[in-house]
Amino acid sequence: MIGPAGTILRKDLLLEWRTKESVPAMTLFSITVYVLFHFGLDRNSLDGELAAGVLWVTLLLAAVIGVTRLFATEREQGGIDALLLAPVDRTALFVAKASALFLFLVAVELVAVPAFGLMLLGPSLGGALPELPLILLLGDLGIAAVGALVSALAAETRIRELIVPLLLLPMLVPLLICCAQATEPLLRPDQGPEDLGRWLGLLTLYDVVFVLVSVAVFDFLLED
Amino acid sequence: MYSKGLAPLAAATVVTLTAALALVFFYAPLDADQGFVQKIFYIHVPMAIVALCGWVAGGIFAIRHLRSGDPSWDLRSYVAIHLSIILGLGVLITGAIWARASWGHWWVWDEPVLVSFLVTFLLYCVYYPLRFAIEDPERRARYSSVFAIAAGAFVPLNFTAVRLAEAYTHPRVLSQTGGDLPGEMRLTFLVALVGMTLLFVTLWKLELTAKHAAAQLNKLRRRRAEREAVAA
Repeated sequence: MIGPAGTILRKDLLLEWRTKESVPAMTLFSITVYVLFHFGLDRNSLDGELAAGVLWVTLLLAAVIGVTRLFATEREQGGIDALLLAPVDRTALFVAKASALFLFLVAVELVAVPAFGLMLLGPSLGGALPELPLILLLGDLGIAAVGALVSALAAETRIRELIVPLLLLPMLVPLLICCAQATEPLLRPDQGPEDLGRWLGLLTLYDVVFVLVSVAVFDFLLED
Repeated sequence: MYSKGLAPLAAATVVTLTAALALVFFYAPLDADQGFVQKIFYIHVPMAIVALCGWVAGGIFAIRHLRSGDPSWDLRSYVAIHLSIILGLGVLITGAIWARASWGHWWVWDEPVLVSFLVTFLLYCVYYPLRFAIEDPERRARYSSVFAIAAGAFVPLNFTAVRLAEAYTHPRVLSQTGGDLPGEMRLTFLVALVGMTLLFVTLWKLELTAKHAAAQLNKLRRRRAEREAVAA
């Protein structure tokens, strides 16, 4: 299973590298949303709850773009039929797609989070350092698992651009709660982690449940 | 096929719901703190419990559908989720009325049960556009089942996360202590809960019967049309 998944993942990353479709769009979108928040909230710098909320809502909205595009090339070019004809476990496809989304999100965050620190955040980003990447990675894992499932679910409907945000965002509410609550104390002027264990525990539970559920049901989405 | 036992079930529903209403208005004591408004509790809470159970049941039917491939399980799952969404709307409306009367606001955000219910409701509302955007009936059944299972797993997680995130203002009716209801109130509540469950099951069976009959009728019509086409 690891072999085929690696091959599909390599193909997706190569495709992204050559077309530069998803990651630059998601990054650009994040920066645009910061500008929107700056004017919408009429604030030059944010801290604490507001900062954590703006950061995570922006990242989730950017993830919507990635999820919408995740199966796009396969569908438009008919590559999905070839993938389904290949004598490969369907779970490999899920693992490949979820890993691709995970890596896209990490790539976006490498730019978008420092940009947030420069553009909107009041306290320095350095004070959040050892914990924030961990929260981001756990959050990305959950988004990747749910996102790959939602993307496959919406791929065969007529109105997939509508289904993806409507389905993905409510599904991610528990993840948003955990991530924002865990991040919030790190972005206060008097920085320091607080209740980190509880939120990371719940976040891990969310990730585990949705990875398992997605692996269990993914086969049925690609039967024909 | 689905209509078996529908008539006695409907009769039991009418009797229990009438009894529940009678108990609510003539037997259960007035709440010392909230007065008459508290009586909405006997509608609001059973409705919420039945709606959540209906959603989880929809997920369980969906698992059976994916395992067996029998489309009748998908129909059961669909009707359960559909009815739960209708009940869920009722829960949100009665909850808002109750919140307005007892806390002074139509909507209270630091209120974990209300908020998690809203998120769950919003998620399940996507079931309709998803289901009706897929043309092929077999694929539609499969995709709807996948949604029902993922959303069923989402319900408990969501409630945990929202509850941890917010302050505790909502009365916890189903806590280990039984919510400290006095005896008369508890009896009334239980009768109302049974009545609501019976109502749900009756409506579910009725809807299944109707959908099944409509499908049969369609099949017969198509067959007649085919025969006429051959004859002509």
